[in-house]
Amino acid sequence: MIPVCRLEDLPVGESVRIDTTPPIAVFNADGTLYAIDDTCSHQDASLSEGWLEGCLVECPLHAASFDLRSGRPTCLPARRSVRTHEVVVEDGVIHVRPAVREGTAA
Amino acid sequence: MRTVTVVGASLAGLYAARELRAQGFDGRLVIVGEEAHRPYDRPPLSKDFLTGRADEEQLALADPEEEAELDAEWLLGTRAQGLDARGRTLLLENGRTLVTDGLVIATGASARRLPGTDGLAGVHTLRTLDDARALRAALSGGGLRVVVIGSGFIGAETASSCASLGHEVTVVEAAPLPLLPQLGPEMAAVCAALHRRGGTELITGTGVARLHGQGSVTAVELADGRRLPADLVVVGIGAVPNTGWLAGSTLLLSDGVLCNDGCVTEHPQVVAVGDVARVGGLRAEHWTSATEQPAVAVRNLLAGRTVDSGRPLPYFWSDQYGARIQFAGRRREGDDVRVVEGSTAEGGFLCRYEREGRTTAVLAVDRPRPFMRARRELSSAQPPDRPLPFRPVRAESLAPVPEPG
Ligand SMILES: Cc1cc2nc3c(=O)[nH]c(=O)nc-3n(C[C@H](O)[C@H](O)[C@H](O)COP(=O)(O)OP(=O)(O)OC[C@H]3O[C@@H](n4cnc5c(N)ncnc54)[C@H](O)[C@@H]3O)c2cc1C
Ligand code: FES
Repeated sequence: MIPVCRLEDLPVGESVRIDTTPPIAVFNADGTLYAIDDTCSHQDASLSEGWLEGCLVECPLHAASFDLRSGRPTCLPARRSVRTHEVVVEDGVIHVRPAVREGTAA
Repeated sequence: MRTVTVVGASLAGLYAARELRAQGFDGRLVIVGEEAHRPYDRPPLSKDFLTGRADEEQLALADPEEEAELDAEWLLGTRAQGLDARGRTLLLENGRTLVTDGLVIATGASARRLPGTDGLAGVHTLRTLDDARALRAALSGGGLRVVVIGSGFIGAETASSCASLGHEVTVVEAAPLPLLPQLGPEMAAVCAALHRRGGTELITGTGVARLHGQGSVTAVELADGRRLPADLVVVGIGAVPNTGWLAGSTLLLSDGVLCNDGCVTEHPQVVAVGDVARVGGLRAEHWTSATEQPAVAVRNLLAGRTVDSGRPLPYFWSDQYGARIQFAGRRREGDDVRVVEGSTAEGGFLCRYEREGRTTAVLAVDRPRPFMRARRELSSAQPPDRPLPFRPVRAESLAPVPEPG
């Protein structure tokens, strides 16, 4: 498990990127925490810098939108899913358990 | 409407085909494309594709499944050569004719060439996959002296890619600064600095007189007499809309196919989208316009009249020397420029263009998050989209278009 930050350091509507390989983005969407691959499956943009609305994040480059729950794109130009990762809060600290590389990508 | 034909099988054409199906058109859909390739994305051609970080399959705009779902007849490797006066019969290259009830013109633009350089090896333009393949192959050696003519987005991106491949790059720009019309003097100066920081030499304020070489290029002679030795030349001096095939039709052509705010031409059953379309007096050569216009154009086409008009906020991005430039809005000459985040000296910034206290446009270098917020504010500050009554397009009401060159 990878520690991310303290829970209070990720307020509602905010996101943070962790420099794993590949990098992971963690979001606080209305109080629920989600983690997905940070790099957009379309081209080369960082989803942690996108626009968060409900459970959807819009890519800052060409506006593809991803569902944080499934990693699936909900509109073009992205066509492939991004991986989702498990988020655990322990002792007030947010942790991410990265998905295994094989077999988890939708 | 039983048959709709899309001419141009690239970004805007594919998005139009998708919209036709999404908006319920279940008739015969024909897509005519001059290139033999399936629809592919052009922006990576000057960036990751040129440097070898992306391959051809990553350029594909649709997967085979989606193409099957579109249920279209693809006539690839086929050029449309003419359109009858009523806009209902297309003449195709191989002598065939195609009768259609509705027509989407999405023929894009072609790279402008330097006169007198045809047949000179080592001189490239960059618009198509074939162009990019040729250029990528020519650049594979390393250690070439490359001269890029023109410092617009494509010139700048190509120069940056060539530099990252280890070539010695010089950019020649006739204007005093690169991207002057798009960004204005203050920010154009910032972009000029990107070239220098990236190790590219930038020569501004002088045009190109001629190219030298027998068989293949050896030097570029500038208007001021200087001579730059060159193993390879990339000409990035803009693009001209592909309207030649429409000569003889009754459509109004002037730097693009003239259409109203709803992408509708003089004929309600003919719409135009993407780089070839001059929508409401403006022609955009941006990826986002090519993907946004088709929804409106198709709605109007299927309605048989202009029921919707789009005035989306113009937006483009560019990647140069490891920096990501994003711009949105409508800058005008004389707007004030204010850096509101970061600094132009290093590490990225966001600036606003302002007129009478209102923001007209925003520009960011490596500041995607605040840019996104600013872009949203700008587009929600726009007057809301409302269906405009049909306004016929009139050539004489449009500003004259400067001659290329
Ligand atoms: C190298 C490069 C990099 C770019 N980078 C960026 C960027 O970073 N950001 C950005 O916003 N924009 C960028 N653009 C611009 C963007 O790619 C274009 O705005 C977009 O491709 C326009 O799409 P389109 O479908 O209108 O035209 P095009 O993509 O030009 O497609 C038109 C198609 O029509 C076909 N055609 C032409 N005439 C005929 C005919 N008579 N019959 C049949 N078919 C015909 C052509 O062969 C072509 O395939 C870039 C463009 C290039 C070339
Ligand atoms: S990089 Fe995210 S939509 Fe293109």
